[in-house]
Amino acid sequence: MDIQGWTYLIVGATFALYIGIAFYTRVKSTEGFYVAGHGVPAVFNGMATGADWMSAASFISMAGMISFIGYTGSMYLVGWTGGYVLLALLLAPYLRKFGKFTVPDFVGDRYYSNAARMVAIFCALFISFTYVAGQMRGVGVVFSRFLGVDINTGVIIGMVLVFLYATMGGMKGITWTQVAQYVVLIIAYLIPAIAISYQMTGNPIPQLGFGSKIKEGENAGLYLLEAIDAIHRDLGFPEYTAAFVPGKKSMMDVFAITIALMVGTAGLPHVIIRFYTTRTVQAARWSAFWALLFIGFLYTTAPAVATFARVNMIQTLHQKAYAERPEWFRNWEKTGLIKFDDKDGDGVIRYTSDTKSNELIVDRDIMVLANPEIANLPAWVVALVAAGGLAAALSTAAGLLLVISSSISHDLCKRIINPNMSEKQELRYARVAAGFAVIVAGYFGINPPGFVAQVVAFAFGLAASSFFPVIILGIFSKRTTKEGAIAGMVSGIAFTSAYIIYFNFINKAAVDKWLFGISPEGIGTIGMLLNFAVAIVVSRFTAPPPASVQEEVEFVRYPGSVRTDGTSLPGPMVH
Amino acid sequence: MSQKELQKRYWKANLAVLAGLLSIWFVFSCVLSIFLVEPLNEFKLGGFPVGFWISQQGAIFIFIALIFAYVLIMRKLDRKYGVEEEKH
Repeated sequence: MDIQGWTYLIVGATFALYIGIAFYTRVKSTEGFYVAGHGVPAVFNGMATGADWMSAASFISMAGMISFIGYTGSMYLVGWTGGYVLLALLLAPYLRKFGKFTVPDFVGDRYYSNAARMVAIFCALFISFTYVAGQMRGVGVVFSRFLGVDINTGVIIGMVLVFLYATMGGMKGITWTQVAQYVVLIIAYLIPAIAISYQMTGNPIPQLGFGSKIKEGENAGLYLLEAIDAIHRDLGFPEYTAAFVPGKKSMMDVFAITIALMVGTAGLPHVIIRFYTTRTVQAARWSAFWALLFIGFLYTTAPAVATFARVNMIQTLHQKAYAERPEWFRNWEKTGLIKFDDKDGDGVIRYTSDTKSNELIVDRDIMVLANPEIANLPAWVVALVAAGGLAAALSTAAGLLLVISSSISHDLCKRIINPNMSEKQELRYARVAAGFAVIVAGYFGINPPGFVAQVVAFAFGLAASSFFPVIILGIFSKRTTKEGAIAGMVSGIAFTSAYIIYFNFINKAAVDKWLFGISPEGIGTIGMLLNFAVAIVVSRFTAPPPASVQEEVEFVRYPGSVRTDGTSLPGPMVH
Repeated sequence: MSQKELQKRYWKANLAVLAGLLSIWFVFSCVLSIFLVEPLNEFKLGGFPVGFWISQQGAIFIFIALIFAYVLIMRKLDRKYGVEEEKH
């Protein structure tokens, strides 16, 4: 069977599986729809969180990104995993104990204010919409590359699928499909990585392989990382493993971006709500552990893949005749992801750091997507990578859609507009909102705004500068008042968005005017500090929170305590 | 000891645990991976420059271990101060 046949088979089988799971996990209550009835076991919640978190960007783009920037790519690796330590230690157990449905629930209740709730709803919606557009686009791209379907048709197929299982099963359906999607995506990521590691270094474990010696070819006997540093020197690039040399980001910028990504990760609503779904506080803590372990499999493999791909690509293409280019080059040339521009007209491919004489243009996504072909792996592995990319994009999209849907039906309609709404009505709104969100996401997938990459920086910056500080203060400082929280969030968001909009869209060239040399990607760090500072200062000068709120803060701090009205953790589910 | 007193002590112990674990987190995520990465790269661990290895591999392993330690320590604290959850 050829690649396309295999792809139809594997992608078709996984889609059938997702729909089957959705059908078996239909829900009839809002508790089931929003938090899977608080009944997800920790290990499975860990897997679901892994799939929820690892998006099309993690699966398709991250290794490629690292492969072009070497050491600097650590900011993604450390930033997107270190955030889980913050989540596990500072947020997850307390938010689970709080025991409601959404992030605006916590912000609104803890800060006894619908104004705070509105700000939280706005942030949750903005973050989730920016994020979801990229996922739908990812679905479309994978479809068009591997199945020969038009990108827009691909987006629509993805929309229908996500709509089906998000509206039928809500969080419960999403959770169990995410568990399946985690398994698909991790297998799809590891198989090619292991095969390539073994081919290049003789060591099948990629995490060790990329510190081993190259087995054959022109650089045989050299350590892989030594070889790549030497290659980079020859071609005029800064050394791969070097940290803050000219041509790479400064220490200050790497630091700020790492912090912004860590704190942003801990402030993303679709990740936070996963910890509402467990039965107990202890299970929420275990979930965070399992989640990071499962994420770690991919995140420790990615830098190895990045290195293999970089060496492989340069060795097989640089100084080689274009006429004798490998098969995979021919295949991927059609997609425009890799291009040869014969500037000196000698028919030989030359790859250098100098844009004037460089003849090879490579898109970063190709590093993962074309990897199995570069390594001559069988067709079914290529198909598996397609299914893995789809799993990564769909699982994240579903988690985001749930945040959008619950922000509208629960936080806006039920908690602000009409508190007397019946559960049945609310559930209907939730499903309609999910449908509406799918359509909007699909629209942006088909007509992508030209600035998706910058917008993702926006999502992290906003999460870091809005939610993270007020949730932390809400748990760890009883004295933080609604005035403090609102002022903190508003100043954090205003500062961060103004900075990002100015330096990303209005005056892109003003790099020398960056505050402390921090790029827009990392400015969430300053926004977060500002939010903390404003919230603490304003709280000092305003009346302390009412006694009932202070009691609620006490309540979330102790896993076994009981609310004054006698309610404890929800018991075993009866739905 | 009254329950209030126990809860107070539990919270104090909890904050101490967080301070300890988060210091390790900061050392690996920022100090070794960023501030000291260049001097650390002078040393080699097999084929890896040490700073590079910590920032692309080691830190992630430490993060996983930190959460694992946190879960176990908190389970002990919950029991010691009588704030653990009922069994479901």
